[in-house]
Amino acid sequence: MANVSGKYAIVGIGETEVGRRLDKTITALGLQAAVAAIADAGLEKDQIDGLITHQQRSNPQANSSALLADRLGIKPAYINDISLSGGAAGTMVLTAVGAIEAGLCSTVLCASAGGGQALSREGRGHGKLATGWEDFMHPFGGVAAPIHYALAARRHMHVYGTTSRQFGAIAVACRKHAGLNPNAQMKKPITLEDHQSSRMIADPFRLLDCSLVSTGAGAWIVTSAERARDLAKRPAYICGMGSAAIFSGVNYAEDLTSVGGRESSRRAFEMARLKPSDVDVAELYDCFTYVVLVALEDYGFCKKGEGGAFVENGRIELGGELPVNTHGGLLSQAHVGGIFHITEAVTQLRGAAGPRQVKDAEVAAVSSQCGQLGIHVTLLLGSSPN
Amino acid sequence: MEKSKKILPIPNPDTEPFWKGCANRKLLLQRCAACQAYRHPPSPICHNCLSPEHQWVEASGQGIIYSYVIAHEALRGWTGEVPYVVAIIELSEGPHMISNVVGTPLDHIKIGMPVKVFFEPAGEEIFLPKFRAADKA
Repeated sequence: MANVSGKYAIVGIGETEVGRRLDKTITALGLQAAVAAIADAGLEKDQIDGLITHQQRSNPQANSSALLADRLGIKPAYINDISLSGGAAGTMVLTAVGAIEAGLCSTVLCASAGGGQALSREGRGHGKLATGWEDFMHPFGGVAAPIHYALAARRHMHVYGTTSRQFGAIAVACRKHAGLNPNAQMKKPITLEDHQSSRMIADPFRLLDCSLVSTGAGAWIVTSAERARDLAKRPAYICGMGSAAIFSGVNYAEDLTSVGGRESSRRAFEMARLKPSDVDVAELYDCFTYVVLVALEDYGFCKKGEGGAFVENGRIELGGELPVNTHGGLLSQAHVGGIFHITEAVTQLRGAAGPRQVKDAEVAAVSSQCGQLGIHVTLLLGSSPN
Repeated sequence: MEKSKKILPIPNPDTEPFWKGCANRKLLLQRCAACQAYRHPPSPICHNCLSPEHQWVEASGQGIIYSYVIAHEALRGWTGEVPYVVAIIELSEGPHMISNVVGTPLDHIKIGMPVKVFFEPAGEEIFLPKFRAADKA
């Protein structure tokens, strides 16, 4: 298998404003992010010959990538709509690299827009899927993501003694970072006590363990490292990529205390020939606090079962050993499916993050995940190709 | 989905035997005829050896709580009472099953607690397999 480490890069990024609800259509936001990414890269739109979007759950047959191409006035050689919910952002990068490596296109715009509600709260599909898996979950009140993810969190607490206060440390870190991000929904600092006194949603998850409901859009452009060198901004090289699907939902998990990230990160670190201690900043998918904690373990930033102790005492805050979710994450910046985890990693590697910049950030780890922790994508991005 | 409606399963060709079993107060699991592996939720083929041949066998109905959540809010159209317990039951045959544990004070629910199935009428010809503490069964 060819190792593509350092052969491709993210060369342009675009972000829109975010908010619980915005006075713009998803179409307008998606276009805004796409145009911003093209301009940021210093490209002309006609140089985009590949386009990947996050499929609209409300209308899977919308061919949203082709629609976006029409509205941008381009005729790409390669399009794809990715349907994985929280796993889509990372998968768009993997798919872009795959399409370029296969010679199908050379420069791929990836764009995602979501609105009004978190992506994970759309579309019920109850009783309609051939597998009918919802019929073995929803009638018992397992109707929403907080419940699914809390089942895993509880198991981790039972096996490893992890505490709610340790989940709280993740919420506090994300909020602190969001306060330094002009484009964040929730900036008012919170304390561990605020976390502990926030109302119980799905015990062990309190309100402040849960991510936001957001509207917004983001986009980025993937091309070869060779082309990247002639473009406007410092490239973020794709040094490692990995994905894994170890279960599709918590009721299929043999061991609920490990996630797909164990395999996806191993693959990414292998490809990049890097190790966890090489990572300067981690942008980890955080639909719930616990998801960060277990990813830190499964990526090897700490030992299995020690994620609770690892996140305490500011270790994952700016200035700490491993700053996590420097933009505020889904917990405090905005929940638009994790696209901003990628744009933030690129911003950090460019050294352009202003007051929330991690000093000398050279390697960033990014995660996307869905499937109630079973489906995971890991990216390792670097300020140099190797 | 209408808010007033209970969320009920809609049996399909893969799952109908399971729900019929529940209506007859029997907890049925698929067991692969080739490799004997149990599986749940129902699936047309065996995840272990891919054989489509299987029997529906009556499970003991016993298991332990593998993990649980106490839902304090009615999320996404849930019309039942809150708080309620959503649990992953590890059946003694092996498979995990999402269900509810009822009849035990919330602060007595624990991972590892032995539970036993019972069948709760939920709609026309639909019975949901739910669990209560084994010593109360």
